[in-house]
Amino acid sequence: MKPHDFDYVRPTELDQVFDLIERHGDDARILAGGQSLMPTLNMRLSAPALLIDINRIDALKGLSVEGDMLRIGALTRHVELEHSPEVARHAPLLTKAIRHVAHPAVRNRGTIGGSLSLADPAAELPACALALGATLVLRGRDGQRRVPANTFFVDLYETARGEKEVLEAVEVPLATSSDRFGFGELARRHGDFAMVGLAAAARMAGGTIERLRLAFFGIGNVPVLSSAADLAAGRPLDADLVEVLRGAVGETLDPTDNLQASAAMKKHLASVLVGRVLGDMME
Amino acid sequence: MTDVSETLAAPIGVSVPRPGIERFTAGRGRYIDDLLLPRMAHIAFLRSPYAHARIKSIDSAAAAALPGVIRIFTAGDLEGVVTPWEAVISNLPGIKSAPQFPMAKERATWQGEVVAAVVAQSRAQAEDAADAIAVDWEELPPLTDMVTALDPATPVLHPDLGDNLCFRMDIDAGDAPGRIAGADIVVEESFRIHRQTVVPLEPRGLIADFNPGDGILTVHHSSQVPHIMQAVFARHFGVEEHRIRVIVPDVGGSFGLKIHVFGDEMTTIAVSKILGRPIKFIADRLESFTGDVHCRDHIVKAKIGMMSDGRIVGLEVDDLTGIGPYSVYPRSSGVEAMLVAIFSGSTYDLKDYKATARVVFQNKAPMCQLRGVGMPIACSVTEGMVDLVARKGGLDPVEVRRKNLIPDDAYPYETAAGMPFEGLSFQSSLEELVRIMDYDALCKERDAKREQDIYLGIGVSIYCEGTSPSPLVYGVGGAPITAQDACTVKLEPSGAVSAAVGVTDQGQGAAAILTQIIASAVGVPMDSVSMTLGDTGRTPYGGGTWASRATGIAGEAALRAGRTLRENLLKIAGALLQLSPDDLDIREGEILQRSDGSVRMTLAELGRIVHFQGTGLPIEGDPGVVATGHFSLRDAMFMYTNGAIGSLVQLDPDTGFIKPLKLWAVDDCGRPINPMLVDEQLRGGLANAVGCSLFEELSYDDDGQLQNGTLVDYLLPMAGEMPDMEIAHMATPTKKSFLGAKGVGEAGIIGGPGAILNAVNDALSPFGVHVTEQPYTPERILAALGRV
Repeated sequence: MKPHDFDYVRPTELDQVFDLIERHGDDARILAGGQSLMPTLNMRLSAPALLIDINRIDALKGLSVEGDMLRIGALTRHVELEHSPEVARHAPLLTKAIRHVAHPAVRNRGTIGGSLSLADPAAELPACALALGATLVLRGRDGQRRVPANTFFVDLYETARGEKEVLEAVEVPLATSSDRFGFGELARRHGDFAMVGLAAAARMAGGTIERLRLAFFGIGNVPVLSSAADLAAGRPLDADLVEVLRGAVGETLDPTDNLQASAAMKKHLASVLVGRVLGDMME
Repeated sequence: MTDVSETLAAPIGVSVPRPGIERFTAGRGRYIDDLLLPRMAHIAFLRSPYAHARIKSIDSAAAAALPGVIRIFTAGDLEGVVTPWEAVISNLPGIKSAPQFPMAKERATWQGEVVAAVVAQSRAQAEDAADAIAVDWEELPPLTDMVTALDPATPVLHPDLGDNLCFRMDIDAGDAPGRIAGADIVVEESFRIHRQTVVPLEPRGLIADFNPGDGILTVHHSSQVPHIMQAVFARHFGVEEHRIRVIVPDVGGSFGLKIHVFGDEMTTIAVSKILGRPIKFIADRLESFTGDVHCRDHIVKAKIGMMSDGRIVGLEVDDLTGIGPYSVYPRSSGVEAMLVAIFSGSTYDLKDYKATARVVFQNKAPMCQLRGVGMPIACSVTEGMVDLVARKGGLDPVEVRRKNLIPDDAYPYETAAGMPFEGLSFQSSLEELVRIMDYDALCKERDAKREQDIYLGIGVSIYCEGTSPSPLVYGVGGAPITAQDACTVKLEPSGAVSAAVGVTDQGQGAAAILTQIIASAVGVPMDSVSMTLGDTGRTPYGGGTWASRATGIAGEAALRAGRTLRENLLKIAGALLQLSPDDLDIREGEILQRSDGSVRMTLAELGRIVHFQGTGLPIEGDPGVVATGHFSLRDAMFMYTNGAIGSLVQLDPDTGFIKPLKLWAVDDCGRPINPMLVDEQLRGGLANAVGCSLFEELSYDDDGQLQNGTLVDYLLPMAGEMPDMEIAHMATPTKKSFLGAKGVGEAGIIGGPGAILNAVNDALSPFGVHVTEQPYTPERILAALGRV
């Protein structure tokens, strides 16, 4: 199929983006890597009158350490995350996760800002943002605001980003020697969206867990932090804990059926993933 | 006919690189969508969103006013331009169908049926206008469950037909029920094989170009069957056959899809005839999911009886399949079920066999013959049953096969279903498979791994394949489908050889195979041979490329043409050189004297003399430098082939995932022309087998809505899902041709699924469960294991 006709602009400054958003409102869509948007246009699932291509806006690019945060510009492409030594050092969860995102051709174009803004419930990066306790930096005409990841994902393809805002960057706390990360997903084919996936982050204090986050994706309308992770506080990361969490996690999740897996199967697979991902983190 | 010990000269039998492949690797192939004709317009279709609905009215006024729109057509606009078709063939007794029109008339009967056509200056404009057409629909209850299709309470889809039965076939040889009742071990099981489709890289497409000036209809068609389409178009458009030219450019895959008649394509031709200008239709990926034909969708109940010594005494098979609202033209949709009935059990020395096949109508996309046609089901069900009964009897599945296969020395052999096997190699193929798998060691490894909770599964399957069909399959039933092919070869003045043949090349290398055969038969280098394929205006009449027939049928025609040309060239050379033709030979484009091997002249010299200086040559019989050979199989339905497939998989019992680790194939396609291309055909078929066994399933809901009509949701296997594949060959040439080659294009998908099924069930065996619903998805595996 061919997309409906649309106009296309490629501004170089954020102010131009805000002008266009204010003028066109709902008729405009922001184009970053285009790996989700272009197929929906070609399938006529979406027919915006205007595409605002933000790929030339330098303010949205770049990776840097700022204080105790790794700042990842919204236009950072998956392939850059995959190969970045800074990411491997300061946010190793992203390095683990990014290889599960589709295929190299998609990773060459897709951006972290696009993935977080679209908020596909089966995507890897939104769950990683939750597990990492990341902060999303939103830029509007009148300034910046910071939204923690755990309030950013509101509902299916719906986020806290305002209609007149652009996602500028994501800030990830720098990993310390007390942090352990794990990632796993179960997808029918290499590169597919997961039936169920898990991004996990543990902060250790001595021999016990101070804080555990288990962020599941592919479960419901948004990625979710399982409250079962609270059971880990003060316990060592060992086989007994893994068994406890495997048993507890299903009750904390409320999956929806889809073509690849029923709700019951997703609960089962979530439990399997807890065993595998935490098992990896024990090593 | 064939002296099977006869060696045919190279390059027959040699794994030479394909001539002409550089064109594709350089991106310089030319497909339908690359063609631009003067005054060409584009067509897009509005398709039914409902599985079953009455069309109360269609309002296209707003759409017609949109930019670029040339005209909008609905069913009534085509009256008098194209006649409806009805896909029944008389060799399937009792088969029935209703008249089908290119676009839905009053009522749509599947989601995806064409309702209106928009012709515009561009495809995008045509799609905009198609979106703007308003249809007032009245939804009707859809018939989607094939199990209840024949119940008296179920509404009849085509009231004139009386019921929802399209076709029924029964085979009752010997006394299968009696023998099974007396067997020591009996297994009864039901198999569900879900709907699939094929997804060629290049979707369907054509440019119809009717020229009112000379009344000639030219159709540039992504097709496997140009002459068959010429005959179909002549029947339904009232244009004489000789005024229709079907030209097939490069084709990007087909898998049996591009042999059928589709409403959107017929509408495109009708519209070209009305508008008197070229119209291009390229099916997009989304509309292909409901606009193409599907395959499979069977429920097969089977019963098998075995004595405690492993001797199988009887097999019963009851197949039910749903084919959508119409039998598909011109081949009918009865053939897949027929092949399930006649091929099940056909590899075993079995006299007591009973089969029933029922084909029913339903409100889903039409189903028809695609790669493998019923034979993958026959193989999966038979081989699945053999493994189940072997396991129940505590016997090794390979041992049970050894006891029951048709012996290699039993030929000629007629199966219980009446197939005359000329010469096959079931036993030696199995032994070769066991050898290349190192079967006993593999079993030991599997058993050792199970101690460590690693669940490997090993499966084997034996298959029989019908290739290179005779007129008995379609032609005698009244379909305009020739089983014959002819090849014309010419010596050019330059000494090169040009050839023309009616088959097509879908990218699999048919042209390369024919080039090798002609180079061998005439005695010229391959790069001296040029091929013209797939053009009714420039090639002899032929059946096209389907049912693994290009090599077996057209290859033999090419061999005969090449041999005749060679004889003629030797006669001419003999006259010129004042030698007996028997004393001369042609090799690599040179004419040699046999006695001392000396080069006496080149074909270039001969070509120049014949074409430009040939007055008064004293040659008896005046042999020409153009020769035609032709061939058709006549005395059996098929050239039968056989082989054996092995599969190794790993089961993850926690997730239900099945990982294919390795596939082995031993295939006997007679004389291989290019072993490398034979291997690639097998690998491609095995890739298909991985897809249909583990991934591919078209899911319909109860309303007849396709749930996964995109490449995101319809899971085709990709390179990452492919295991290593090891290929070996047996060679039992057919005696029905000089070439001795049979087909191989479908072998992998016929034998592969049964081997994968058996490997999956072997991996599940420690848990005491098995699966029979294909594809074997994680959810089905976990359900069998009782874990969800």
